[in-house]
Amino acid sequence: MVDIVDIAIVGSGPGGVSAAARAAELKVSHVLLEAAPHLSNTIYRYQKGKHVMAEPEALPLRSPLPFAAGSRESILEAWDQGVARLAVNVRHGAEVSAIKKLENGSFEISIGRKEKLLAKNVVLGIGLQGNIRKLGVPGDDAPFVQYQLDDPDEYEGETIIVVGAGDAAIENAVALSKQNQVVVVNRREEFARAKEGNLRAILKAIEDGVVECYYGSAPERVDKLSVGRKPGRLILNTPKGRAQVLCDRIIGRLGANPPRAFVESCGVVFPNADPSAVPAISEKYESNVPGLYIVGALGGYPLIKQAMNQGYEVVEYILGNQVEPADEPLLRAKFQRMPGFKTVSAALEKVQSAAPLLATITPLQLREFMIDSDIRTPKAGEVIFKRNDYTNSFYCVVEGQVEVLVDEAGGKRVSLGPGEFFGEMSLISGRRRSATVYAGQGCVLIETPRRSMTKLINSVDAVKKLVDRTFVERAIRARFGDEATPTQIKEVVASASLQRFKAGETLFREGDEGDALHLVRVGSLTISRSIGGRDVVLSYVPAGNYVGEMAIIGGGKRTATARAAVATETIRVDREAFRKLLNQNPLLRMKLAREVKQRTAENITMQAAASGGDIISFLVGQGLGEATDVLLIDESLCVRCDNCEKACAETHGGTSRLDREAGPTFANVHVPTSCRHCEHPHCMKDCPADAIHRAPNGEVYIADNCIGCGNCERNCPYGVIHMSAKPKKKPGLLQWLLFGSGPGPGESPYDPDSHEKKAVKCDMCKDIPGGASCVRACPTGAAIRISPEQLPEYAYARGP
Amino acid sequence: MHDSILDYRGFRYLWVALILSIGSIVAYLWHDPIGVPNGGSWLGYTLGTIGALLILWLLWFGIRKRRYGRATGTARGWLSAHVYLGTTLILIAFLHAGFQVGWNIHTLALVLMLLVIFSGFFGVYAYLRYPALMTRNRADSTRAAMIGEIRELDAQALQIADKVDRSVHDAILSSIQHTEFGGSVWKQLRARDNSTTALARLKEAVLASDAGEAPKPQAGGSQTMVMMVDFLANQASDTQSEHLRRLIDLISRKRALATRVARDIQLQALMEIWLYFHVPLSLGLLGALIAHVVAVFFYW
Repeated sequence: MVDIVDIAIVGSGPGGVSAAARAAELKVSHVLLEAAPHLSNTIYRYQKGKHVMAEPEALPLRSPLPFAAGSRESILEAWDQGVARLAVNVRHGAEVSAIKKLENGSFEISIGRKEKLLAKNVVLGIGLQGNIRKLGVPGDDAPFVQYQLDDPDEYEGETIIVVGAGDAAIENAVALSKQNQVVVVNRREEFARAKEGNLRAILKAIEDGVVECYYGSAPERVDKLSVGRKPGRLILNTPKGRAQVLCDRIIGRLGANPPRAFVESCGVVFPNADPSAVPAISEKYESNVPGLYIVGALGGYPLIKQAMNQGYEVVEYILGNQVEPADEPLLRAKFQRMPGFKTVSAALEKVQSAAPLLATITPLQLREFMIDSDIRTPKAGEVIFKRNDYTNSFYCVVEGQVEVLVDEAGGKRVSLGPGEFFGEMSLISGRRRSATVYAGQGCVLIETPRRSMTKLINSVDAVKKLVDRTFVERAIRARFGDEATPTQIKEVVASASLQRFKAGETLFREGDEGDALHLVRVGSLTISRSIGGRDVVLSYVPAGNYVGEMAIIGGGKRTATARAAVATETIRVDREAFRKLLNQNPLLRMKLAREVKQRTAENITMQAAASGGDIISFLVGQGLGEATDVLLIDESLCVRCDNCEKACAETHGGTSRLDREAGPTFANVHVPTSCRHCEHPHCMKDCPADAIHRAPNGEVYIADNCIGCGNCERNCPYGVIHMSAKPKKKPGLLQWLLFGSGPGPGESPYDPDSHEKKAVKCDMCKDIPGGASCVRACPTGAAIRISPEQLPEYAYARGP
Repeated sequence: MHDSILDYRGFRYLWVALILSIGSIVAYLWHDPIGVPNGGSWLGYTLGTIGALLILWLLWFGIRKRRYGRATGTARGWLSAHVYLGTTLILIAFLHAGFQVGWNIHTLALVLMLLVIFSGFFGVYAYLRYPALMTRNRADSTRAAMIGEIRELDAQALQIADKVDRSVHDAILSSIQHTEFGGSVWKQLRARDNSTTALARLKEAVLASDAGEAPKPQAGGSQTMVMMVDFLANQASDTQSEHLRRLIDLISRKRALATRVARDIQLQALMEIWLYFHVPLSLGLLGALIAHVVAVFFYW
């Protein structure tokens, strides 16, 4: 018969190892299952000496194992010692292939291909890294087959087969080819998934004959050889038949299986198909499968300390102990500001009953939501946010009311009461606030940062639906509400739907029948016309604007083509509903007709300066379609003095955040490698410490609680984020000028002693009076910053 | 939007400079000194003080442009003012001296000042003219990328040369070893490379071999080229001449790139070279100015 334990813990990441340590401390029968031969594989694979940070600072640690900011080595060593001291029952090399709930309520855990194990409770702490894909053919575990490559220079004079066609495979193959004979096995006919630079590198290596490539080929079997000079061979299925390659080493770089499929196979339900969705878990970390608990990154908690606390707590909960969650003091401190506060749970209940938006979320989600949020009790008349601010947090009204100034000129205000929310417009569109909001009497608000709100919207469908519906209603009211009655607006809203477009996709074409108008909700569009068989871009439409009403008001045919510049979402209003609205409101029709006339006139001027359109297309291609502010250099004025880079470095701790020379040029307009301050910053997408924020003036900046994980650097498509250590302090300018002491302006020599690297990027000099240093330091006026709203004007000015 | 140092803020400092100049001229014409106009009259002292202060302020630009973050105004505004007010200084200095020159320390200061200002004029010309030329020459690439491509072409050329013959390989290798960019100021400014003649010879040889004639060994060519031409004429097989033709393609491409890199370096050097006169001369001027002021006050 197989073993039975009370608690089986799968995965020895911070959450799992902390849970196992707590179980060992309490002498509960347990087992910690880890596929790798060491603990915490994700942290183990960090680069040597990497400084690991312990955010959030305010959260106390609750675990039998120690954890404080320090080097990767010191943390792993402390855990190894703790695990040995507490005699934790660890099983290395135990890869869990399935978890099945039996009828008697316990779980059957399959390890590898044969072994099985029984457990009363299971704690899943497998993180998000996933399992590395193996070759999946006989012999794929031979000693000369490996799935990781730490240092390509370690190997010399070998014949190495790299299986895979992704970036990792290409980087390995190219690096290995310097000292080895490299063969790449690609299942497809081309390297379709690779980044541009890697693609060029591998194709060149193949063309030069440095790397040999088998296209359209798949491994069939790996054989160990006992005679001959090579230890093994790979049998391949190629389009021309079977082939064998003798080799010293096989490196499989086939990516990893995201853990979701495995988690789902255990019976855990995810709320939707969104890749960022996390499974719903209870306040006690229990999933929808009773007895199956989820801790750490898999449950949506990416930080080490959070996961360790959860590991501790989950064991207590399994044993039936009531422990106050580690975050209780944090929540208590938050709720202190709420009038009439007694206990945390009462306050949470009050929040949930007051806000319909939060009614459907789980208690754990609510706690998380509240920890990230702030309670605000502004005085009556205080400004919560200003129109045209770039902030993107989201507000729920718990008590009292707020007043939204919907019409700046007329002073018309709309009030929102308890249970209502606001701020969703900027959150979703990534653009400036559309109205100023004032606090009313006795106002209690919950302010939630973008990341937490986005996470909630992506995890809970009911929240998404409610927010989207409100967005559509308010957007349509903002546009037509002055003239139309509420019932008329309602009819239009009912006919409206959300539509998504990929970058480059067409909303409608010139000459099409005008069947709808679109309000750009996320992203931006380019408007172009075909002139003499050539597509000429006439203008650029950022989020918050309408397109397509010209055809409905005018002749009925589209007069231009609208294309998504980046991934775009629009609110689509049907022609019939819109026509009806116009017929009911002659005033509205007149107003729109006037706008149409003006736009036509603008288009004609643009058409006259056709090269202006080319500049727009070029800049949109460089990411201006999602930018809010971009640095442009006029190369006919730039004397290449690099004063911009020096100024950037000098005002930002020694590292320049812009690379002047890199980046493309068109018609003397140069787009250097520097931050575009995107509407929906890619860098924010996956920041475990939530350290990337947007300031009211639109600057996307990285706060000091950055943990240096490098996710933002990888996620930025424009390559403008670097990992950098703080350089040493240097002597003043005059000392350098007169006595030559220290490095000069803009220079900072490499410091080999610094390990504590954090992400750095352009913050548009938000803390420096006078604005962006790069622009202010440019002696010739070549460097300017513009926002996409100025784009048509800029392009037109340079056009002729 | 983009505008240059000259038309900064609607030519703001041009107007300032013009007002200062006209004011000085009017004062000079209206003033009726005892004897000839000179630096010793009250107007002479006034103009001299203005001039000296202007010189100090103009020198301060070197500090200002390196003070990032906390300084007032933009570097462009400062440079625009630097150019216009620096130009005005010529007039003010001559009015101050009452157009008197001689073989003395005072005129030395004047000459140094004029040299500084005229080297500055070249700087303005360079800043307005060369950037656009540089962009055009680079054709959407960067210098590092061009040099990288040259390296790659070199490596490819070596690989092909390897397949032809050892002597060709050596020839290519030596030509690679002789490729160099930059170097002394003179070399940077000259931007010459002498691969043209070598390439022409090689081309001629290929054409001749296509036509079936033996190319004449040429006097005066480089050793390697003569050798390659000989090789093509006498020993080359079909695949070898194919390789040689490909070599020529590579070398032609490399040459085009090398010319562009050399031109890029030349333009950059032209944009910087004047500063090597402008700045030291201005420091010399500062010395001469101090001597001039001290001398005037001591030998009252």
